[in-house]
Amino acid sequence: MEWLMWFSKPENTKPLALIIFFVTFMGIVIYVYGSKKRSKQLESYRNIPFLDDQPGEQDGTKDKQ
Amino acid sequence: MAVTTYSGAEQYNFDIVKKFSVMSLVWAVVGMFVGVYIASELAWPFLNFDSPYFSFGRFRPVHTSAVIFGFGGSALFATSYYVVQRTCQTRLISDGMASFTFWGWQTVIVLAALSYVMGYSQGREYAEMEWPIDLLILVVWVTYLILFVGTIMRRKQPHIYVANWFYLAFILATALLHTFNNLAMPVDLFSMKSYSLFAGTQDAMTQWWYGHNAVGFFLTAAFLGMMYYFVPKQAGRPIYSYRLSIVHFWALSFMYMWVGAHHLHWTALPDWTSSLAAAFSILLLMPSWGGMINGIMTLSGAWDKLRTDPVMRFMIVALSFYGMSTFEGPMMSLKEVNALSHYTDWTVGHVHSGALGWVAMISFGSLYHMMPKLWDTKIYSAKLIEWHFWLATIGIVLYIVAMWISGITQGLMWRAFDEFGNLQYSFAESVAAMMPFYAMRAIGGMFFLTGTVLMTYNMFMTIRQGKRESAALEAKLAAKMAHA
Repeated sequence: MEWLMWFSKPENTKPLALIIFFVTFMGIVIYVYGSKKRSKQLESYRNIPFLDDQPGEQDGTKDKQ
Repeated sequence: MAVTTYSGAEQYNFDIVKKFSVMSLVWAVVGMFVGVYIASELAWPFLNFDSPYFSFGRFRPVHTSAVIFGFGGSALFATSYYVVQRTCQTRLISDGMASFTFWGWQTVIVLAALSYVMGYSQGREYAEMEWPIDLLILVVWVTYLILFVGTIMRRKQPHIYVANWFYLAFILATALLHTFNNLAMPVDLFSMKSYSLFAGTQDAMTQWWYGHNAVGFFLTAAFLGMMYYFVPKQAGRPIYSYRLSIVHFWALSFMYMWVGAHHLHWTALPDWTSSLAAAFSILLLMPSWGGMINGIMTLSGAWDKLRTDPVMRFMIVALSFYGMSTFEGPMMSLKEVNALSHYTDWTVGHVHSGALGWVAMISFGSLYHMMPKLWDTKIYSAKLIEWHFWLATIGIVLYIVAMWISGITQGLMWRAFDEFGNLQYSFAESVAAMMPFYAMRAIGGMFFLTGTVLMTYNMFMTIRQGKRESAALEAKLAAKMAHA
């Protein structure tokens, strides 16, 4: 268990944390912006709030049911 | 993507959304009234009436609990139940559980307020409730989590819309924060009094880990969930960038957890801990502004709506205040700035530019959008929304300007030395210097409260109008059926 002591030193854990967090963040950014096909797919989800609208709900012309 | 048109109340549980919406407005009026009262006590101390029951110390948590948990919490329950159902295109998994969260949550707010006035408090900011109330919150919250996750799992829409991510992060984080911050040992099974499991600096750090994450997840992430649904709906156009919303979500959720210790600069807390918190606070500016830009740019190409649609104006002003307070917060977390600002009214002003400017304004906008739809009618008076908007905006500006002047004056007076190295001013002198600004703050609060009362009246009349229209329609249908 001696190797665990390595983690007790801030001079080790600071750069380690930086690498882990930076790589994770870059991974998310690359996933989100890295592919045109995926970008198109992700952007299509923007319309979800409008998918269950009643006819006329957006322009305020909806009749009462 | 699945496309379904909804058939109203049969498909979704809107009854629970209606109940929480109404209570949100009730608690807004109650909580803001108490806020104005305690602000007035500071400006005109005779209002204390020499009674402990009217004292600032007992009323202050009544104010914070009623506005954060009563008004904000009920608005979040209402909108999260509305959004999760409409974006997942499915009904809540259990009407009984939904009803339990409503009655449980309202009981929590009432018990908390009564216990504070009677003098019971565990002395933890935004978590003053004693242990029996904490346990009730836990049960209600776990039910909320099960209900929300269960509804998402039953969705007809394959993708989970980003607003639900923010709501879920808020529910999960609040469960975690509430549990660990309130670990305490009751003095006796039949005593309200308990003592924290933590001691000294650790206790302070746990408190502010909770305190700032309550701001981060309860008052920010959750209301961003509201923003990601209601801004596009009111604008009639989808969010500016869905990809930006994903980066916004992950960056914000990750960074907020680290920043609580910036409340403990220059204390017994190890220096590196509060420095780390300050570093993350600065980093937090980027996702915060990314989210603000995403919301505001949703109006790109339809800026005229700001002139014509008062509800949209509430939302865009809310986002502007979100941007302003998320710039001010990181700035105040810098040690040098904090040395001046901490313990002064500047902090109070900062909190209120977020709470009134962001949280309340986005809630008002969302409720104005949602409530007429729930009762299947139109807003009773658009003119009253205009009045509300200007009263609220003028109120916030009066409030935060008063607190800026007051806070910076306090900070400078406390650190001023005379030629012999003695403190130049006594504490009482700094209090006396604050009096005009305390009056100005109370007047700002009165403006804001008046706007909220107008909204409550407007919504009450809207609901009445919706009920009358439904009754008339039903009578018409019955008459038609009778003639057929």
